[in-house]
Amino acid sequence: MRLRLFVGALVLLGVALPLAVPWLKTPFLLALSNGLAVLGVAVLIRAGQVSFGNAMFACLAGYGATYAARFWQLDALLLIVVGTALAALAGALVGLFMVRYRGIFFGMLNLAFSMMLFAILGKFGAYTGGTDGLRFERPAFGFVHLDRDGFESALLAVALLLALAAGWCVQRYYRSVSGQALAAIKTNETRLEYLGISAKRIFWGGYILAATLCGLGGTLFALTQGLVTPEMGYWVRSGELVFVAILGGSSHAVGAFLGAFVFEFMKLYAAALLTGMWQLVLGLILIVMVFVAPSGIYGLLSRLLGQRPRSVLKAR
Amino acid sequence: MRPALLQTRGISLAFGGVVAAQAIDFTLSHGERLAVVGQNGAGKTTFINICTGHLKPSAGTVHFDGHDITGHSSRSITRRGVGRTFQLPQIFSEHTVRECLLLAASSVGRRRGFWVPMEEAVDANEVDETLELLQLSSRARDVAGSLPGGQRKLLDVAMALVLRPKLMIMDEPTSGVSSDEKHELMRVLMRALDERGVTTIFVEHDIDIVRCYATRLCAWIAGRVAADGLPEQVLSDPAVVRNVIGE
Repeated sequence: MRLRLFVGALVLLGVALPLAVPWLKTPFLLALSNGLAVLGVAVLIRAGQVSFGNAMFACLAGYGATYAARFWQLDALLLIVVGTALAALAGALVGLFMVRYRGIFFGMLNLAFSMMLFAILGKFGAYTGGTDGLRFERPAFGFVHLDRDGFESALLAVALLLALAAGWCVQRYYRSVSGQALAAIKTNETRLEYLGISAKRIFWGGYILAATLCGLGGTLFALTQGLVTPEMGYWVRSGELVFVAILGGSSHAVGAFLGAFVFEFMKLYAAALLTGMWQLVLGLILIVMVFVAPSGIYGLLSRLLGQRPRSVLKAR
Repeated sequence: MRPALLQTRGISLAFGGVVAAQAIDFTLSHGERLAVVGQNGAGKTTFINICTGHLKPSAGTVHFDGHDITGHSSRSITRRGVGRTFQLPQIFSEHTVRECLLLAASSVGRRRGFWVPMEEAVDANEVDETLELLQLSSRARDVAGSLPGGQRKLLDVAMALVLRPKLMIMDEPTSGVSSDEKHELMRVLMRALDERGVTTIFVEHDIDIVRCYATRLCAWIAGRVAADGLPEQVLSDPAVVRNVIGE
């Protein structure tokens, strides 16, 4: 109950703060889009698999939305659908190959795919804008042309709703047979097969979900910036998603967003106060988190809020 | 006439120069409780692995309940009604005991999918009855990884039993369990299997356990069935005494 109140308070803050302090809209939007991508990575971590290439789906979705905005001048809401659907489709195709591998091979193959995408986007400059990326005009929102501030406010409202919906869906998934079987892949894949459950099919479903969430985050990121670059899919960006997933905690969907907000503002202030040294701050924080709160900020808060200790897989 | 529950004809398999199964002809009828004995490396686990789809024989056929299951995947064979437990219990160590059973039951559950919570996807009564039957109700909320050895074995069986198998194949159900607890463990296991009318094959090294709980015994020597019959007959066979019991 206390946790639900806490999440409610966070959502209220998410609405009230950007209204009171307008410059917060952009960092909030970036944190929410990052949080959605991190949620995707957290889904894979639940199966005991760490991907160092999932930013490719965010990148692919961002480019998909950009092309749709440039060639068809689609509405922002439709761009979100197009970008996310493209990532889901790519996840389904790449996933067919990925579900055969586990552990370090899974992590590295994802990285390999993402680096191939990075190279293609960088080298085919005539179509992709090369390393400079592609810009697009601010699209209509709900078939209404808004000024920059109005567009950001509308996008923030939609991002907040999407984040809530995605968090709810992922929690529901964690409680389902598929979600529980996904968690069982981490501890005993052999047994799953001897129960008549296909571990590969279950993992494929989780992989598609992860790609879809990364795609949703990538599309929102592209809409916030009005610009996409190959950097969105660079392996360092994928590493950041894993970092934030560990920072926030992967046992509950809220952890992804907590981690994303802490990361965004830490980066913002550390970059301003310790120019060129902000990575040092992030590194120190990660070391402290691993020693003090290995279950992430969410796990730490759960303890502080007096949540009963329960199975690490419980997702209510 | 009812077909044999499990029938193998001429199954063979070798690992390099080591022959693990040599043209094995074997028939198991409904309701039997068969013990399999043999020294390490005699081919007992290989035989189980072939029957449950973990290994593919280089020759021969395996029929289960009238269907040819040779070379089928373990998943498909499980779905046909063959339950299996392992020498080292295969459980989901981060799930609770009840969650392990709910997940197992979900593979034969009423509804599956993305949206259906696991509790609603399966017959929870069946899960609770199985927990009760295997005396695990008091540990239902404990994390499976925290259970002691004997209870892990029971959970391993419970996860297979909740699938309502026609045949249960258990690989050394009492290994790793103290000699004091072995009989209590087997008593609970056999009562549960009898109550559900499950035909049973179990691999065992403890001859006392075999005498107490098997209705039929097969002795394995060098990838072959060297003796097959009533336990007392097989245990008095000179070849079995020399090669298996070691007296």
